[in-house]
Amino acid sequence: MEPTQAKPQTKFNTKSETKPKANLKTKKIIKQQTQTQTHAQLAEGFLSNQLKASWFNKSIWYQRDKRDVATKKLNEWETLRELASDIKAHTLSKLDEYLIEFEEKATANGINIHWASDDKEHNEIATNLLKKHNAKKVVKSKSMLSEECELNHHLENNGIEIIESDLGERILQFSGEKPSHIVMPAIHKTKEEIGELFEEKLNTKKSNDPVYLTQAARLHLREKFINADASMSGVNFAVAETGSFVLCTNEGNADLGLTANSKLHIASMGIEKIIPKQEHLGVFVRMLARNATGQPITTYTSHFTKPNKGSEIHIIIVDNNRTKLLAEEKFNSSLKCIRCAACMNTCPVFKNSGGHSYNFVIPGPIGAILAPAHDIKKYEDMPFASTLCGSCSNVCPVKINIHEQLYDWRQEITQRKSSFTIKSIMMKGGAFVLSHTWMYRLFGKIGGFFVHNFRKISTMATPWGKGRELPDVPKESFKDWWDNNAKK
Amino acid sequence: MKVGLFIPCFVDQYYPEVGKATYQLLTKLGCDVDYPTGQTCCGQPMANGGHAKDSVKLAYKFVDIFSEYDYVVGPSGSCVSHVRDHYDIIEQTDDVKHVRKDTWEISDFLVNVLKVDGGMLKASFPHKVGVHNSCHAHRHLGVGIQSELNIPNQESTIEKLLALVNGVEAVEMEHPDECCGFGGTFSVTEATVSVQMGKNRIKEHIKENVEFITGVDMSCLMHMEGILKREGHKVEVKHLVEILNSEL
Ligand code: SF4
Repeated sequence: MEPTQAKPQTKFNTKSETKPKANLKTKKIIKQQTQTQTHAQLAEGFLSNQLKASWFNKSIWYQRDKRDVATKKLNEWETLRELASDIKAHTLSKLDEYLIEFEEKATANGINIHWASDDKEHNEIATNLLKKHNAKKVVKSKSMLSEECELNHHLENNGIEIIESDLGERILQFSGEKPSHIVMPAIHKTKEEIGELFEEKLNTKKSNDPVYLTQAARLHLREKFINADASMSGVNFAVAETGSFVLCTNEGNADLGLTANSKLHIASMGIEKIIPKQEHLGVFVRMLARNATGQPITTYTSHFTKPNKGSEIHIIIVDNNRTKLLAEEKFNSSLKCIRCAACMNTCPVFKNSGGHSYNFVIPGPIGAILAPAHDIKKYEDMPFASTLCGSCSNVCPVKINIHEQLYDWRQEITQRKSSFTIKSIMMKGGAFVLSHTWMYRLFGKIGGFFVHNFRKISTMATPWGKGRELPDVPKESFKDWWDNNAKK
Repeated sequence: MKVGLFIPCFVDQYYPEVGKATYQLLTKLGCDVDYPTGQTCCGQPMANGGHAKDSVKLAYKFVDIFSEYDYVVGPSGSCVSHVRDHYDIIEQTDDVKHVRKDTWEISDFLVNVLKVDGGMLKASFPHKVGVHNSCHAHRHLGVGIQSELNIPNQESTIEKLLALVNGVEAVEMEHPDECCGFGGTFSVTEATVSVQMGKNRIKEHIKENVEFITGVDMSCLMHMEGILKREGHKVEVKHLVEILNSEL
């Protein structure tokens, strides 16, 4: 498919063209556009369309509300959370053993296991397998790991057509966007926008009727399934004792991929997807969809143990910074995540800034603690995109202390950074002033004086003044009152 | 019972009435209340901004000043939760342990330490009041009913105390424990999102026709008050202690 969004020009391209010298102003604009924007800047863009922002907020609340109803129907919900957390913590403590057990069992079942230390290796293994099977067209069901590895881009560069078979992902492939959510990747798109996109890409008639549009996508994808040379998927759970893997989908697209074309299937999984036993699925499968969308279980829960006759299944087990994270004592419990998305559905910052405001492949609270583990410099603002309200930790089915890790990452980021940002200097100044009582009083008074006299200017000029007034300044502080009236 | 009053910096500077109400209320309830004037900031703003290490001095100072009291009580859930949860950055001496354990958010202290009843309070506030459950008190200190959890019989100290006040009509919001967007440094580093979150909160209160928004964290109330004023709404904010301290 042709990408519809213009990609930013690479350095190479601009250099190879002889262009008239851009004036300073244009240069400045180009520079601004190519610099990665912070969460705060991207969020501001998101909120500039108030109508859409409020619609988005409501759509995400709808998910959170459904989740509340569904989880409250299970009296044992909190016990399940304990169990799930314990199982995952135990697994992480013996990850090497369980991964090897999985490899042995899966191999004995006739599945081929590959190990990839990073995204590049993952993409190369996948490309080589597809090339070996002469696969030109590949259908792929939703996989956040493949997004993390930017697999599609790599395959396209190698002349392999990749077709996303999850409806949301296919919509994004049409629009040239990245997922804004890990369970509902196209949740940021209205049905009107999807209608227009389908008119252009699938020749549908003008419509925003979800039934009509879904039917059109279904017909379009059926044809892709039938003509595909190979299929790909992620993995929700990999069971060490059986060597089988489980995929949870609502559209059955993973199964269709595997059965419509049974010659080659490649499943990609992060090393943290392992669970020790089959019986543990009983805990996770009950929680995943309930916590994500409020469904008791996903429409399809498919177990794959061995390839059909004449076909091959390959699993690529990927590290890509996960072992690095495993070594971080304060942060490694984030590897317990089962990607239910409940933390983003409940996050007030996510609801009011959208998934694309996070620069990392996984948005929301869990993204904000995983991102700095990948690249602390690149994602240094992510842990600050939170009020530390703690709702994320409360909904998490595996009890990751997300808000505490956000706080801890903030400390790591300022400690590990060599240069001071303006924010950090401000805060250091604050710490100094406030630890000296007299200075704090004095500055309080001077601050009060400024606020009194230059109220308007100071309110408008500071970020606080964005949509807020400062409190009225009282005649005397509490301390003054105490000294004059109550002091013993 | 010797109680050390912990009045956070911005309450001292901007909301002295809240400090006074806390003092008067605790005195009325029989506590021997003192306000150690050497107190500064607990260090939370720095720590939340990623500078916990630089706030170590503040933590030592806090403990130094407050360790002589049986209890430390403050009208701010977030500052109290900082002392309890984040003073693990300093050496855990007996004094530090004592201060961390015995520093209380005021509503929690009234309900769970003083075990106040209506007779003791004699408060009256004949108004329609919307409750704001601020995150640090609500979730970190666990004083409220946390909507995400499936734990039956959770209790709310704010609700319990308001039930003891004559004439007050307390209203619960559609999303009773959604964050207001203050978040300390977040309110300036992510000002646009912060204000938007605040707007969403006050919208629910306005829809319920409340006259006042109350809660136990003055910082959240300050943030919402700022938006209410900017947008020209008549709704006012009042810290819970001011309501509990109001008489006929
Ligand atoms: S961190 Fe927890 S709540 Fe968030 S996606 Fe992972 S499992 Fe779900």
